[in-house]
Amino acid sequence: MMALLVRDLAIATRSGGAAMLGVLFFLAVVAVIPFGIGPDLNLLGRIGPAILWIGALLASLLGLDRLFQADREDGSLDMLVMQDWFSLIFTVFVKSLAHWLATGLPLVLAAPLLGLLMNMGAAATGAVMLTLLVGTPAISFIGAVGAAVAVVLPRGGLLVSILILPLAIPILIFGVSAAYAAVTDPDPFWPPFMILSAIALFFAALGPVAAAAALKGASD
Amino acid sequence: MSDTTISQGWFTSLANPTRFLALSGRLLPYLATAAVLSLLIGLFMSFAAPEDYQQGITVRIMFIHVPAAWLAMMCYSVMAIASIGTLVWRHPLADVAAKTALPIGAAFTFLSLLTGSLWGRPMWGTWWVWDARLTSVFVLFLMYLGLMALHKAMDDPARAARPAAVLTLVGFINIPIIKFSVDWWNTLHQPASVIRLDGPTIHPSMLYPLLVMALAYTLIFFTLHLMAMRNEILRRRVQTMRRQAAQAIGGGA
Amino acid sequence: MFFWVFGFLRMGAPDVLWRPGMRGPMQAVATELKGRRGDNVLFADISFSLGHGEALVITGPNGSGKSTLLRILAGLLSPDSGAFALIGEGGEPVPVSDHCHYLGHRNAMKRELKVSENLAFWQSFQRSDSGEGLPVEEAIDRVGLTGVGHLPFGYLSAGQQRRIALARLLVSHRPLWLLDEPTAALDARSDRLFAELVRTHLASGGLAIAATHQPLGLDGVRTLELPGIHATVAGGAWA
Repeated sequence: MMALLVRDLAIATRSGGAAMLGVLFFLAVVAVIPFGIGPDLNLLGRIGPAILWIGALLASLLGLDRLFQADREDGSLDMLVMQDWFSLIFTVFVKSLAHWLATGLPLVLAAPLLGLLMNMGAAATGAVMLTLLVGTPAISFIGAVGAAVAVVLPRGGLLVSILILPLAIPILIFGVSAAYAAVTDPDPFWPPFMILSAIALFFAALGPVAAAAALKGASD
Repeated sequence: MSDTTISQGWFTSLANPTRFLALSGRLLPYLATAAVLSLLIGLFMSFAAPEDYQQGITVRIMFIHVPAAWLAMMCYSVMAIASIGTLVWRHPLADVAAKTALPIGAAFTFLSLLTGSLWGRPMWGTWWVWDARLTSVFVLFLMYLGLMALHKAMDDPARAARPAAVLTLVGFINIPIIKFSVDWWNTLHQPASVIRLDGPTIHPSMLYPLLVMALAYTLIFFTLHLMAMRNEILRRRVQTMRRQAAQAIGGGA
Repeated sequence: MFFWVFGFLRMGAPDVLWRPGMRGPMQAVATELKGRRGDNVLFADISFSLGHGEALVITGPNGSGKSTLLRILAGLLSPDSGAFALIGEGGEPVPVSDHCHYLGHRNAMKRELKVSENLAFWQSFQRSDSGEGLPVEEAIDRVGLTGVGHLPFGYLSAGQQRRIALARLLVSHRPLWLLDEPTAALDARSDRLFAELVRTHLASGGLAIAATHQPLGLDGVRTLELPGIHATVAGGAWA
């Protein structure tokens, strides 16, 4: 399984890989916000955490459709699906993890730069980074389900986003509320953050199982 | 008629990758030496320049910031010219020039954004504002990164050449917008003070270090660009040789 | 695999050809397999038993269900009815998924990665307990492509790519080979090389089931011809 992680990361970072695209999309989405709502720094600072979270959510969904489709196109998916149940679930887990390392983690690392552009304070930026660090893996794990369902479709990209966005809403709610709680005084930071962590762990357990079931059903 | 054939012949001989490698190999040591020397002189002059009565010592950021911003735009202009070369003459060397200028241009743009941000903090009290000049330079940075992603997305460099050239030329619209953004919109960023029709408004004690730094940056750019072009040519040769090697093994099939 | 194992337990089918306690080398037993695509029954009553060192070539016209049959054998599809089992040396059934190589129409290799990286990945991913495979470099030598290891897979021609896909079967040893059009894109010389690989595999006690239009150049193999019935299930879902 280590070999699978290394292979997927190598493909993502080699020429033609998608590792950088997510961050660029994140950068571009967040950068157009001030054009839309005007360059009011106070306003930007206030809505910054939410904008960063929405941008990160969209950027995480971006490359998800390729998670299994690339393997299906070259026939590797047959070999993955041919395994027994436990191995297949673990395979999906490892592939989701590789996807997060290649596309989700760079978003977390790019967040401070964008926080600067959105005139966010150090505490808000730190809180957004921490919540993204917990929240983006959850998006990758639950996104694997959508990717597995849409694997047989030639234009699955949009469908994956449509299928996964409703499921990702709890992540967004608790991620953003934890990030705001860190800067607005009376609200405690830990309760929403703990719920976010719980969602992440739940999705890490549920996503691979559901995705494995979908992949078994889709192999025709 | 004979004039054009001669000039074309001269152009093709220069555009021949082997000829280019030989020529650039001879030129590089001089260029690199000149770049280092001018940078040293420029840095010395920058620190010898008087402090600004308003800005104090922070004004020295200017000697790093302003030439970086100029180079960010010049680098894109070089790419645009190379892109015309790709589209009109379809010469691979033009594509090599455009492609290898990308990371260098992105680095200069990032340097100007970074130093601008560091300068803005004490001057304007904020790291970043969304005014026309800063925003248009940020858009330039995004365009550099986007073009780099486009090149990275295609495993065959020859196929990426023309789409990238078209996109580069379309994106050139942004360069005049950056240049005149401070005049067209009312911004926090100060207006142009060196390149003006009525002559520079900046004091000579600051103008000369600035010009030397600009020269140093330009020389650094050409040094790095030539080196990167040589690497890219060699990289493509290796790629071709590997493809040929693959054909030769086991009778092809 | 899960679905299949449950189906298998329910059917209790292998009893027909296999009695508990029977000892011997590995056997592949198919019992009354029936496969369909949609409402079309592609084949029914497919039964065969392959022993030590035996090969089965599946022939038939286009659309007769050769690929479907192989995918059922590999456990990628579940049969309409019937069962397929691999019986190990101890006499008990072993999971097919861990003991077979499936080579489909596509090569299961990444264009971006080097040939050796691709093979090394499958070597560690398809680890088997039934014996050691060849080292990557040796497997490349065996398919006659010595020296391509350091090249990206995408640089190879279609025929070379297919030969590397065959090399995957060598880097980790699995007794049963399921081959779907293995010689597609291969020239006559590579055809012979492929036949040689299968012969070696059979000689070492392996089993092979191949679907192909072309003669494989193997002697002493059994043939199963799928007639290509296009019967519609009576009272099918939309009948």
